[in-house]
Order: sequence, then structure tokens, then C-alpha cells
Amino acid sequence: MDVLYGIPIIGLIFQLIAYLIQTVPNIAPIILALATPIALGALCGIMNERSGVVNIGIEGMMLAAAFAGFVAAGFSEPYLPEFELELFNTTAPLLIGVIAAVLTAMALSLLHAWLSITIRADQIISGVIINVAALGLTGYLNRLVVTPNPRVGAGTFSSFKPPSEITDIPVIGWILDMFLDQGPIAMSVILFVITLQILLFRSRWGLRTRAVGEHPKAAETVGIDVIRLRYRNVVIGGIFAGLAGAFLTLEATSSFQNGMTAGRGFIALAAVIFGRWTPIGALGAALLFTSAGALGRAVGIRPPTDELAQLGQLLEGIPNEFYQALPYLITIIVLAGVVGRSVAPAAVGQPYERESKAT
Amino acid sequence: MTDAGSSVQQELEQNPAGPEAAAPQARIPPPQSKSLWGRIIQVSAVPIAAVLLAFGVGSIFILGSSLLTGREFDPLLPWIAYSSLMFGAFGGLNPIVDTMVAAAPLVLGGLALGLGFKAGLFNIGAQGQFLMGALGAAYVGASVADLPTPIAITAAVLAGAAVGAAYGFIPGMLKAFTGAHEVVTTIMLNFIAAAIIAYLVAGPLGAEGFAFARTGPIGNAALVDVPGTRNLHIGVLLALLAVPIVWWILERTTFGFELRTVGANPSAARYAGMRPAVVTMTTMAACGLLAGLAGVVEILGVTGFINTSYGTSVGFDSISVALLGRAHPVGILFSAILFGAMRAGAPEMQLDAGIPVEIIDVLQGIILLFLAADILVRRLFRLRVAGTGVDELQTVSRSYGEQAPR
Amino acid sequence: MTEAALAPVLEMRGITKRYPGVVANDGIDLDVRPGEIHALLGENGAGKSTLMNILYGLASPDEGQILIGGKPAAIAGPSDAIRRGISMVHQHFMLVPVLSVAENILLGDEPMANPVFLDRRAAHTRIRQLGRTFGFEIDPDATVGSLSVGSQQRVEILKALYRNANILVLDEPTAVLTPQETREIFAVLRHLTREFGTSIIFISHKLYEVLEIADRITVIRRGRVVGTRQPAETNEDELANLMVGRDVSLTVDRGESSPGDVVLEVDALRVNDDRGQEAVRSVSFSVRAGEIVGIAGVAGNGQDELVGALTGLRKAAAGRFAYGGHDLTRASVRSLMDNGLAFVPGDRHRYGIILSFPIDDNLCLNDYNRPPFARGIIRDEGAVDHWADARIDEFDIRTPSREVPAGTLSGGNQQKVVVAREFSGDTRVLILDQPTRGLDVGSIEFIHRQAIAKRDARSAILLVSAELDEVMELSDRILIMYRGQIVAERDGRTADREEIGLLMATGGRDERPAEAAEVAS
Repeated sequence: MDVLYGIPIIGLIFQLIAYLIQTVPNIAPIILALATPIALGALCGIMNERSGVVNIGIEGMMLAAAFAGFVAAGFSEPYLPEFELELFNTTAPLLIGVIAAVLTAMALSLLHAWLSITIRADQIISGVIINVAALGLTGYLNRLVVTPNPRVGAGTFSSFKPPSEITDIPVIGWILDMFLDQGPIAMSVILFVITLQILLFRSRWGLRTRAVGEHPKAAETVGIDVIRLRYRNVVIGGIFAGLAGAFLTLEATSSFQNGMTAGRGFIALAAVIFGRWTPIGALGAALLFTSAGALGRAVGIRPPTDELAQLGQLLEGIPNEFYQALPYLITIIVLAGVVGRSVAPAAVGQPYERESKAT
Repeated sequence: MTDAGSSVQQELEQNPAGPEAAAPQARIPPPQSKSLWGRIIQVSAVPIAAVLLAFGVGSIFILGSSLLTGREFDPLLPWIAYSSLMFGAFGGLNPIVDTMVAAAPLVLGGLALGLGFKAGLFNIGAQGQFLMGALGAAYVGASVADLPTPIAITAAVLAGAAVGAAYGFIPGMLKAFTGAHEVVTTIMLNFIAAAIIAYLVAGPLGAEGFAFARTGPIGNAALVDVPGTRNLHIGVLLALLAVPIVWWILERTTFGFELRTVGANPSAARYAGMRPAVVTMTTMAACGLLAGLAGVVEILGVTGFINTSYGTSVGFDSISVALLGRAHPVGILFSAILFGAMRAGAPEMQLDAGIPVEIIDVLQGIILLFLAADILVRRLFRLRVAGTGVDELQTVSRSYGEQAPR
Repeated sequence: MTEAALAPVLEMRGITKRYPGVVANDGIDLDVRPGEIHALLGENGAGKSTLMNILYGLASPDEGQILIGGKPAAIAGPSDAIRRGISMVHQHFMLVPVLSVAENILLGDEPMANPVFLDRRAAHTRIRQLGRTFGFEIDPDATVGSLSVGSQQRVEILKALYRNANILVLDEPTAVLTPQETREIFAVLRHLTREFGTSIIFISHKLYEVLEIADRITVIRRGRVVGTRQPAETNEDELANLMVGRDVSLTVDRGESSPGDVVLEVDALRVNDDRGQEAVRSVSFSVRAGEIVGIAGVAGNGQDELVGALTGLRKAAAGRFAYGGHDLTRASVRSLMDNGLAFVPGDRHRYGIILSFPIDDNLCLNDYNRPPFARGIIRDEGAVDHWADARIDEFDIRTPSREVPAGTLSGGNQQKVVVAREFSGDTRVLILDQPTRGLDVGSIEFIHRQAIAKRDARSAILLVSAELDEVMELSDRILIMYRGQIVAERDGRTADREEIGLLMATGGRDERPAEAAEVAS
């Protein structure tokens, strides 16, 4: 092995591979945890875009949901019965928080649906408006309500600890560990992804949704209510955005910072495109995007040493800010490389004018 | 392969038969009124109404917030808040100067977005271009701090503009060659810009001898005041000048015509001999230049340096400014003054009425909401006028998911 | 051709529908008997589509009544219409290209294995059965986007039959078919009416087809019924007269042409389509000054790509073309125009005109950056206005002013704007792509006359049109294009319509048996 590592230049690639093999199983759960908001945001994006609606506002929905969840959990604590379930250390305020987050995102989704479908405003502008409004409102309310009460907080869900019998399984043990050593919301991701994938391609709802996203006129002429279907899908999509927000303040951390979504909503859109508007593809894309960032962190914590020292030296020179910028950089590269070849639902972004008088 | 069927279908769809077709369509601007006044009212009625409505809704917010924070309910609170806002913005020579100084970068930022809209591009990246322009101006400014003032200022301004233009060019090129939609790429670039600044200011571009990481003093590169005033730096003049210049370019030059044509119909533009890819790139670079200038004006006129976490609200505000101004240079000017006034007067409002300055962000969001739902606004005020920039800005969504314009 | 004298299965009485600025239907009465093929004849914009949209529930009448089987019916929407046995095959196919044949057919009426999941097997069986009843094999899993136009139309018809339609509305069904495919579809329709008693409403503007297939013909003009005839008691001239309201010369007097030197020469040109497949496979031909060469062919056989290459919007993969010997294969759009190219695009809303721009800007769109419209980078508004006024006059463009957005004009006037722009000035090579699609008879006449005038002014004109009549009417020579190649050439005056139709459909080889299999391909 050392011989391989010693080859100039190419040796570094071997070192990199070895380092990856070493580290990825250890950081696998972190990768999924980091990918959760993006994957959930992508599911929201898929619900929207498969129906023909562009939703740039996922970021704002996530942020508003994060804030609402945090505040609801924190401020409701004194009024709720005290109990703590063993599973994920669930408490009443946490549950309230999740519900509040989901409802908030659904409300914003309804707004987006109304603006895009009924008012027929430009859908991208509608999304941007939601982002601006969410940022402004959460910032304002944060200052107004949270800052004077710094102790407020309801803690977080804790991770499920899979029994060692599972994690010790050779080869795939770490994959199972990745999906099971998670809090409730992160664990739900794989469930949602699989469910949505099956429904989208095998159920009546999925067929009608795809038809509406590709050729709404054709769907209307066979009697499908395009408007209602779009409204429903957009609002359901809000559930996922809400869960993403709840994850940020109730599972990953127990605090709220202004603008904490930091662009995840947009990275989610790139995941949608990269994953060709399929849930499984989007999950894969999300995992890919976040592993880069996670690796960056791993390098900081446990840099390559010993026989991989050369690699370690090389990586040392890379500034932290680079890892900070990495997810965004990857998103751009993905978009630039993939958009031309990945075909969006044909009617996406176009407002629909109903001809029939049917209500 | 989508062949005969869909291409015929598409073509047939584009050519609906005679008068029946005219009926349900509606993307065409409604007939213009004859007089100049008439046209001004037509164009500005909805934005003005939206602002008024937003202030109305804002008062509900203010009252609600006061209750939330356990204060005594004072029905006059919104009035106190708004009047102190206006007072802080316009109540005297100094406040007016503050307003104009706050408005200057917003004018440039708004123009950056408005120019993009006319070409069918949504340049949310104004924030990143602003930052890069600021960085360029700060660093070059520090480097030329000892040169004679006119040279120092010119060098710093040009540097900022150039860096901004380059940073705008990148997403333009990506869109032209790969079709990557500028909304997502520019937002990514915003975040990347923040990371670049953090790295460079802490590292190679930082100045020695300060307690925290920052660029050096800009000395003579600082924008001088307009002769006879205090604190009214010439950046304000630059911003004011930009308005007629951009208008003139858009309406009177062939470049502006190309820009608008590509924004309205890129396919027809190609057949008229234009090259949409080139237009996209040049337009994005021009937008970047304008947004970069906004950054230049802020640094050289107000702050004087950049630290690792430099950031302002100018980028975001510019979006609202451009949308409220309906992507028209004059409209943008007035919107910028309005938002500048709000930013300048907010501290006074916080002092007098105890409302956090962030309420301005909330007001902004509400204004935008009403702009998007202009139908509501029109019905409420019974205005029989054109809708908002929805007509002008429709190409923005159309290009989402499409292939590169080539 | 049944002579059913039974009570009407469908009656529409006094149907009136108004849109802003126009009365689309004005007191229309229509009755349809069981097992009858009833044709609705009228030119573009007469109101036929509106009437059928009302029948199908896509629009509601302002006045009037619909009776189905003698009972009044208020049709609430497409699903209601379908439930009542009315099915419609639209002029622009309502098919989702990325979905399969089966998915398209059963969309909206899906067989369910359980409340959530589709029962694909049941669907497949039923669809195959239906196809076999009508004599075409159908592959339920084929992607609709990959089918030929004729096959797609059959999918549309299957969609209707799947829902047990007994009133079938076909909106301009033969607009995209060759004469052979038209004959086949007519056979299917007769089978439907004779064996199943289906009533068919056949909307068309093609006189001879209507005379051939219909049991009765109702003519609509400007939203009103102007007459109902039986084919035996009328002829094309009378129908044309009814359609337009005056005596109409169905052909333009094209006079003699005297072609001069070769201007446009195309040599072994190969062009790829958007997917990278070869769409134009080594095409060679020439066009002389003062001559009109027409390219006849079913849409989708490479015409779009050929036109794209010749107008600079597409890069040719191989081969060359030249104007008077000057090779312009790699030339840009700009440089082609500088060399004397003018182009009337087939998709006028996409390539020809900017709907939101004023008419005057549209009229000088190609030369916006050269004198007199601009000096350097500064535009000269006065020159633009002057030019626009002259063109509006010359081409009789109906518009309140030159400042209004082009989108407010009618289709015919919009095309006049395009024509005014392209036909003005010295043109060496003029390419016309579907120049009169969707236009009313008056505009069609006008444009045809303008084309002849251009020919007489020594332009070399290449005409590409899916309307065989137009090609035959105007062309001095006709080239038939099939699967990317020119398979035959005929003289424009002596050409036989039947023969050309056959060549368009088969390319000159006997491929009849393969046609049936095409649906599955």
C-alpha cells in the first residue's frame, strides 16, 4: 500500500481513496443528517415542479418553518404536560414545534399557490417574494420576541441508537447505521422518498400529476381539475419544507439564527434538477452535495496522517472558507453541467388558463 | 423523439385562428392613454397603491407587536412610528442627506436588477456583485490611498466596477452556454462571494495593524462631498446620473433594443440577426457593473473598509426597488428614494416609537406581496390601469428548465 | 353514408357566445342524426372551434340550448361531456408526449387495482382489444412522443372510443395527414358510423374532403350558420361562396413565370435535428431567379431542419449551399440577410414577430442597427416611423396606429406585418415556411398574390408548406420530401395531386403493409 501512496501525484489519488474508505463510514450518519433539509426541500420542489409550478420560495418556507417551530416549541413549554417518550426523547413542546413548522410552511405554500395559480403572477417572483418576506418577518419577530428571552428553547429530538447487531453487519452495516442513527425527521426522509417515488409512477395521483405538469390542457380535456390538483400538490409540498425547517431548529440544533437556512432551499432545487425530478434521484443528489461538505469537516477533525500524510499536507492548505463555499460551488457546477440534459416537466413555470367553466 | 406530432402541435398552438384567438389571451400591455400625465398615472398607480396598502397592513403589525411585547396598547402607535420614520428621513437637511446617501446604492442596485428584467433575467446576484465591487474598491482604494484624490477615486471606482462586472459576467456566461438558470446560480454566487471576502480579508487582502481583520484605510480614495454640503458624497451624483444614462441606453441605442428584444422573444431576436447568448452575457456584466458600483459607493462613500463579515441589506432591497419601480429607470429612482428614506428614518423610529428597525424588512415583504397580487390592489382601489411588471417580467419564468438560448 | 331519418341524437339551438370584441357564435342551430357524419365547414376564425368547445364543456354559451337524445343538457365540463358520450379529438393533439400510449388513453378514467394504484394489465388488454376492432395494432407502452402524426391521431381516436363515445367530434383531423392517411381515417370513420352507429361531427375547411366524407354539410361564416347542404346537391364553388360570402377564386392567377439563372444552390446538405439524429439526408436542389419551388411533404420529414439550415438558425452537418456560387453554408443569419435572404417563418409568434413590441419596431426588426434606422449605436426613431407608415399603407395592415403592440392585431394582420418586413427591398432568396397557416381566405389570397409579385420581381422563392393545395397552386416546380430526402420532382402545372400525395406518404416505394405497423413503432 505504501508503495502506491508513494507514486508522485497519482499516489495522492490512492491516498484520497483510502482516506475516503476510512472516513465515510464514520461520518455517514452526519452526511444524511446534513442532507436532510436539502432532501426534504427537494421533495417539496418535486411536488411543485412535477405539477408545473416553479417554487423558488422553498428557502423562505424553510426559514419561516424553522422559526415557527422553534418559537412554538419554546414558548409552549410551560403550558404543556410534561412527558418524555423514550423514542427520540420526544416531548410535547417538540411535537407542537413540528406541527407549527409544518403548518407555517403549508400556509406559505398556499400563498405561493394562490399567487402562481390563481393570480398567475410570475412564479419566480412569487417565490422571491416569499423569501424576502420570510427573511424580514423572522428577523423582525426574532428581534421582537426571542432576543429578549434568550433562555427560551425546547431542546431537540435525539437520535435513535441502532443496536450493535445491525451496525456490525459487514459491508452494509455502515449504510444501515447511516439511516438509523438519526433523529425522527432525518429518518423519515428515506420513508418519504420511497413512498413518493412509488406513488409518482404507479398511482393514479402520480399519473395525473405528471400529465398536469407536462400538458395541462390535455389533462383538462379528459376532465382533470388542473387547478385543484396544483393547489393540493403545492400545499402538500409545503409539508416537506416545514419538516426541513423543523429539522433545523428542533433536531439539528436548538436555536434560531437569522437566515439560518443559508441557501439550502436553493441547493434543494439543484438537487431536484440533478435528480431528474425523481425523489430517489433528488435524495442521491442531496447526499452527494453534502458529502463534500461533510468530508471537509472531517478533514478538519481527523486529518489524514501516517501513510496518508502527503494528502494531509495538501489538504491543510485549503482554507476553511473553501469548505464553506463548497456546497454552493458544487450546486453551480451541477446546474451548469446537467440542466441542458435534464428535461423539466414541459409546462413548468407557465401559468394555466382554464377554459372550462367547471368549478 | 418528439418529432412531427409535437412540432406540428406546437406550431399550430402558436398560430391560433383569427379573432377567436384574440379573445382569451392577455399578455399584451393594454392601450396606453394619450397624455403624459395619463401614462404616468397608469404606470405608477399600482405601485403607489401597493405602498399605501403595505403601510396600512404594517400598522396592524406595529400594533400587534406592541401587544406581544406587553406594552400598553396605544392606537396612535402606528402614526407615531410612521411620522418619526418620515421625520428621520426628511425632517431637516441632515436627514435628507442621510436619505439620499442611503438611496444612492439602492438606485444603482435597482438599476442592476431592472436592466436584467428588461432582458428577461432575474439578477438576484446583485448582492454578490455588490460585495465583490465593494471588495475591489476597498482593496484598490487602500492601495492608492496616498495618490492624488482624483486619481485615487477613479482607480478605486473603476476597480470596483470591473470586479462587479466580472462577477456578473460569470452567471451570464453560464446561462448563455449551459442554460443554467440565473436565479439559482446567482444566489449560489452570493454565498460564495461572502466566503471569498471572508477568506481574502482575513488573508492576503487584509491590512496590518488592526485589532480585527479588515482592509486598509482608503485615504484619498474616499468619495469627496458635493461642494457646499456635508456628508453628501458624490456617489449620490453618480447614482443620479446613472438613471438617465441607463434609460438612454435602453430606449435609444441599438444595444438597448437588442436587450429588450432578447427579453421579449429570444427566438425572434435570433432571427433578427441578434445573438441572445452575447446579449445575455453583456447584460449580466452590465448588471454586475451597476451592482458593483453600488458597493463602491457604499465603501468609498460611507464605511471606508471591509471586514470579514461585511454585509448590508442593499442586495435584497434592490430586488424590491426594481420590482416596485416596474423595472423602469425613473420608477427605480423613486422607489430607491422611498426605501432609502425608510432605512434612514428607521433608527429614529426605533428611538421614538420603540419599534425594531427590522420592521422595514416586513414592510418590504408586504409591498412585494401586494405588487404580486396586483389584482387585489386594483380591485381595492378600483383602478382601471395596467397590472404591475407581471407583463414585462414574464420571460423570467419561461426560461426555467429550458435549454441554452445559444 | 347512412340515410338515418331518425330523431337527432344531438341538437344545438340558438347557441350564442361572445368574447370581448367579437361574437364567436351568433344564434347557431345544428342537429346531428345517429350514425351520421355531419361536417362543419368554415374558414379559420368562423366559429367552428368555439361551437365545439361549448359542446365539450370547455366553454359555456351565453344563450341557447343543447339537447342530447331529445333532452336538454347543461354540460358542465369535459368529464360531464365524456359521461354523456361526447368525445373530442382536438386539432392540436391533447396528448402528453412523455407518457405512454396506455397512460394517455386512460388518463382521467383510469382502471384501478385498488384505491391508489393503477391496474395496468386491465388497461393494456382493453386497449389492445379496441385497436384490433379497428384494424390497427397498438403498443400500449410506446411513448406517444415517438409516434408518427398519423399514429398519434389514432391514439386520440382510441381515447374517445375507450370512453364509449357515441358522438365523436373531430376538429380538422386531416390537417396533418397525407392523402393516404386521410383515406385510411375516412375508412375508420365510416366503419364507426355503420357498425357502431356513432355520430361524427367533422370540422374542416377543406371543401373536397368534406364533400367526400360527409352526409350533410353545415357552413358557418362569421359565427352564423349560412346553409346546410347534402353533398349530392352542391359543389366546391357553392360551398366556397357560402364560406366566404362572395365569389372566391380558389386559385390565384399566377401567370407565366420565366426563370432565369440559378440563385440558390443546395448541394448534398445534411442537417441534424435537436436530438442529433440526421433529419436532412443529403438534399440537393436549386432555385432560379423568378421561380417558385415548392417542397411538399408531411410535416416532420426534415423540412424544419432544412429551412433552419438555409436560414442560418441551424448549422448544417455536411454539404453546402450557395447564392450565385457564393458559399454561405456557415454564414450567420445576419450575413445571409446581408446577402439577400428574406424569410417568413412557420412559427410566426416565435420567430417572426415580437408581440409586445409596437408594430413600427417589428417592421424594421431585421435592420434595426443599420442606416437609416440607426447611426452607429443610436437609433433614429423618425426613420423608423416613416418606414412603418409606408409599409402599413402599402400592405394594407389594419391597425389603429403604428405604436400599438403587434399582439393586438389579428392573425392575418400579424402575418402581413411579417410579410411587409420581409417582402420589402431587394430579395435574392425568399423562403416561405407555412406562410398562410391559420389565416382567413382574404389574407391567404393577399399573401399568395404578393408571393407571385415577388417571383415576377426576380426573387428565387422556396416555399415549404404542409398545405398541398398551396404548394400546387403557387409552385413552378414541386419537390417531394420524405424522411429527409428529396424523392421526386414534378412540374408545378402538370402535377397530379394523387401521385404527389402518394409520394409524400411513401417516398415512392410501396410501403403499404408497413403503414399498419407504424402505429406500433
